[in-house]
Amino acid sequence: MELAFLFEKLILVTVLFVLTLSIAAYSTWLERKVAAWLQDRVGPNRAGIFGLLQPLADGGKMFFKEEIIPSGSNKWLFIAGPSLALLVSFLGTAVIPFGQNIELFGKTVPLQVTDINVGILYIFGVVSLGVYGIMIGGWASNNKYSLMGAVRGASQNISYEIAMGLSIIALLLVTNTLSFKEIAEQQHSWHWNVIYQPLGFLIFIICAFAETNRVPFDLPECETELIGGYNTEYSAFKMGAYMFAEYINMFVSSAVMAVLYFGGYNYPGMDAVNSLLGPTWGPVIGVAVMFIKIIAFIFFFMWVRWTIPRFRYDQLMDLGWKILIPLAIANIVITAIVITVVDKL
Amino acid sequence: MLMESLSGRRKVLEQKPMNFWERIYLPAIFKGMGITFMHMFKKKETIRYPEEEREFSENWRGMHSLKRDEDGRERCTACGLCALSCPAEAITMISAEREKGEEHLYREEKYAAVYEINMLRCIFCGLCEEACPKEAIYLDGPIVPADYLRKDFIYGKDKLVEMPIDELEALKGAKV
Ligand code: SF4
Ligand code: SF4
Repeated sequence: MELAFLFEKLILVTVLFVLTLSIAAYSTWLERKVAAWLQDRVGPNRAGIFGLLQPLADGGKMFFKEEIIPSGSNKWLFIAGPSLALLVSFLGTAVIPFGQNIELFGKTVPLQVTDINVGILYIFGVVSLGVYGIMIGGWASNNKYSLMGAVRGASQNISYEIAMGLSIIALLLVTNTLSFKEIAEQQHSWHWNVIYQPLGFLIFIICAFAETNRVPFDLPECETELIGGYNTEYSAFKMGAYMFAEYINMFVSSAVMAVLYFGGYNYPGMDAVNSLLGPTWGPVIGVAVMFIKIIAFIFFFMWVRWTIPRFRYDQLMDLGWKILIPLAIANIVITAIVITVVDKL
Repeated sequence: MLMESLSGRRKVLEQKPMNFWERIYLPAIFKGMGITFMHMFKKKETIRYPEEEREFSENWRGMHSLKRDEDGRERCTACGLCALSCPAEAITMISAEREKGEEHLYREEKYAAVYEINMLRCIFCGLCEEACPKEAIYLDGPIVPADYLRKDFIYGKDKLVEMPIDELEALKGAKV
């Protein structure tokens, strides 16, 4: 029994690991494609059909480039930065439920690596660790641009984490639980949280952009003023690790948003589909729905990136502290009042 | 005090403080996203070179070709004026004297035994074409293709001289 359990989790972890890697790799492809489409171009189309082998070519290139460790840098921290960024970005997927319990070979298998009852806190902890990768890398490079990028990254993450946490508190008032699995189950069929928490979702997604350092909040690595920011000094695979970590972070945030606000693997009419297809194939459709939502969010991230310019630093702080945080607090108050009133009636 | 406008076209822009909707940026952002989204369905501007080629203008300057006269003889007389006029110093040549019995090959008594253009140096200015007294060189070819080695960019007579007329005819005949 114990062995079977371990085996089951091992397979799940492996599948998830490979899936995350390939989604991150193909996000780079999609990013270029989306950029091209939005700019009336065709994008990469030489490596394989539709340029589908482009990520492999890029990866190969990253491996064969010259590794440069600047002589003024702190060597160990310089290596620790990207490693930490990459490692931490993977951890988030552990608590995300990708589907309902599925029946395989007469066994019920949950499609979630672990359902800890403080899943949301866990995600927050892991995501906040991500900024250490940036900070350590920027600090160890011993370059003023990198340091500026790292400092910006740190202050930005701290500012936006508050608003993010506050928007989550309003969500918790609605769901009454911190476990991802339960939150997903509560949103059965069309009862998605975004319907009850539209403002909360808006704040959350803005903060998600900031946490993943995506445009318009890519100040830690803005190419134009900081020539790459925290990763200025990085080359070859360490540079690749940072980029990869960014794409994995994007995947994880998309998954978190899909589960918290957009019902995860739930979709209208799922009961009918489930009773039609049985306990094995029904959940598979759910998983597909989940991934469609995730990819839609990833597309959204890219769409925004290729539309709007970067915020100025003071605008960023203004938006975080003077607009998002008050809005999030107002959202909590309104949610609490509505819940109390509805309960009393 | 506003200075008097000299052109009479000066406009004074009003700097209004942003209102609430402008300050939360979102309406503007959504509008911009709508615009970029519509671009997804527009016609792509990309020209997929080398399968497709951009249309060249009348006076496009491409790869050089060394011309032959109406009897199929090479026109170049190795005077060196093209090399002299070349600002990039891309042209080198070695001249030779025409022997008896070679009148059908070379038009003048002196000809270029070796004629090389370094395509990496050439800036396609067309001054060689202008300098030539014999109307022997024209930049009427296609784009010079990419290559891997520097030495392969030095084009000799084998690549530069026009095909002999009969070969050209044969080629045309084959195509038709
Ligand atoms: S085109 Fe200009 S640069 Fe090129 S060979 Fe002729 S003169 Fe020289
Ligand atoms: S191409 Fe014209 S200018 Fe150049 S050497 Fe020949 S004849 Fe003289």
